Amino acid sequence: MALLDVQDLKTHYFTLRGSVKAVDGVSFQVGKGEALGLAGESGCGKTTIALSLLRILPSGGKIVGGKILFREENLVKLKEKQMRKMRWKRISIVFQGAMNALNPLFKVGDQIVEAIRTHEKVKKKEAWKRAEKLLETVGIEPSRATNYPHEFSGGMRQRGLIAMALACNPELIIADEPGTALDVIVQAQVLKLMSELKDKMNLAMIMITHDLSIISETCEKAAIMYAGKIVEQGEIATIFKEPLHPYTQGLIGAFPNIKAAKRRMTSIPGFPPDLLEPPTGCRFHPRCSHVMDICKKEEPKSIIVSGNHYVACHLITA
Amino acid sequence: MSENVAVKVTDLKKWFPVRKGFVETLFSRKQSFVRAVDGINFEIRMGEVFGLAGESGSGKTTTGRLLLKLIEPTSGDIYFKGKNIIALPGKELKPLRRRMQIIFQDPYESLNPRMTIRNILSEPLRVQGTMSSEAEIEARVKEILETVELMPPEEFILRYPHELSGGQRQRIGIARGFILNPEFIIADEPVSMLDVSIRAGILNLMLNLVEKFNASFLYITHDLALARHMCDRIAIMYLGKIVEMGSIEKIVYEPLHPYTKALIDAVPVPDPTAERIKVVIKGEIPSPVNPPSGCRFHTRCPVAMEICPKEEPALIDVGKGHWVACHLHK
Repeated sequence: MALLDVQDLKTHYFTLRGSVKAVDGVSFQVGKGEALGLAGESGCGKTTIALSLLRILPSGGKIVGGKILFREENLVKLKEKQMRKMRWKRISIVFQGAMNALNPLFKVGDQIVEAIRTHEKVKKKEAWKRAEKLLETVGIEPSRATNYPHEFSGGMRQRGLIAMALACNPELIIADEPGTALDVIVQAQVLKLMSELKDKMNLAMIMITHDLSIISETCEKAAIMYAGKIVEQGEIATIFKEPLHPYTQGLIGAFPNIKAAKRRMTSIPGFPPDLLEPPTGCRFHPRCSHVMDICKKEEPKSIIVSGNHYVACHLITA
Repeated sequence: MSENVAVKVTDLKKWFPVRKGFVETLFSRKQSFVRAVDGINFEIRMGEVFGLAGESGSGKTTTGRLLLKLIEPTSGDIYFKGKNIIALPGKELKPLRRRMQIIFQDPYESLNPRMTIRNILSEPLRVQGTMSSEAEIEARVKEILETVELMPPEEFILRYPHELSGGQRQRIGIARGFILNPEFIIADEPVSMLDVSIRAGILNLMLNLVEKFNASFLYITHDLALARHMCDRIAIMYLGKIVEMGSIEKIVYEPLHPYTKALIDAVPVPDPTAERIKVVIKGEIPSPVNPPSGCRFHTRCPVAMEICPKEEPALIDVGKGHWVACHLHK
């Protein structure tokens, strides 16, 4: 049984211009100690999935269908009070934008203490000790707990956020774009740290990123999202070596590999659709080079190709 | 100077003074500087794509701005087609500006939101006064829109930047850069704000245009994986200095400087069969206000020697146009 089993999740944002179907029928599973990479372009619904899992959607956003089973408990049905017990103790998140995710007015240590004391009944002193220990785990001098965020460099702030996410020993960590806004070397340091922690603590992880190479470096499974849907998912070896969906193929083709021979990169024509009025049928059809008549009319179902390799494309079904 | 050099830079420096508070100025007379660019030498050949790569704070953007004299250098010389542009008065510089252009990083902020696409694109033509009639300008604007694949041009000409997507905006930025048929183009992180699926299209467009106009191209980036597929030659910068320079193949496959090695090892590879991230060097780029003594990389270098903190290594040619500044290679 998978640790997290998301079934047909639908999250919509209700705006004055109509409802935005940010996540529209998404299913995936994450096992214990497993890392799933969620990839896609901006606006495809990656972050909305993260916010839905923790049920911290901004106003206007609502889960309108589907189940989120965490250890067979449906998080969608939980009361807010029960949900609070899940957050941080079972599922935590490393937010996007390391530079601004910490409160500049409080010491880093105090912010971690706050996270601990909100969820567990611990004395302040003890919590502070734990905070120092956490900072040590992520490679920051424990004495720096008394520093304010502005005294930290970008990489240290990102580490601080990871420490905070680990504060209550969660089973699942969601990392939302953990590498962006960091320099390559610092990004490599952070990704390496996350992989090591994951192995050491047997954490399940969801790595949300637009950068396929980050997924290839840190995850076991990958799910490719396009316009609110997962178009393909499977083991990373399968996804990178035998991608079946034209979007996955395009995305991989658009990605430069520093170790490969010099070549012109391929691009996907057009741009991502407006989710207020997504294209009919397969949402990728206006940009797809293999488009058929059926693609415009009927939405392709996600089918198993082999093992746990899922694809939603009429080319495969037909 | 050899014939085929488009831009040559010698010992270029840009030090920005650090502003101090009132109280501080009472107690200390010493002015401190951010040494953004601190003595660099390189040349860009005709029709070449030259890359400038490094982490943030390494001085790559400042270098780009200096080359176009958008900011004044502290010292050093910049030659454009054999002519030193540092000494030139504004009047003589203006016709040169037509021949050198820049494409900025952020397509959301580098286009004036109050101007239509027609005005944005025709302004360089008007400023330079190259075209005599309105009809001529109109025709040129339409032509360049077609060149950057915004078709039909009639549909874009009256729009405002906010009506375009990020990728389309950057195409306008490119059109503006190329509308005067420049001989030298600088692109400062032109795709870092764009989505992956759109990036490749923009980069290929730029390469095609550079080829078509036979222009020289300076590509400034932090993304070595992209640089690998864009550039002919590349220079790696660290804290205002060039630490290594050479053909892109040499730099990627046979890097000599420990920093270049670290930088290339840190680039994630989209290939699950490849070895995962190996050893990563520690720490982050130090402040350019008080850069480390000697070799600036010695504080993070895994193979630092006794001499490194004492003496600054010179950038030397180790053969076949491969330059490196490291005490290990002498």
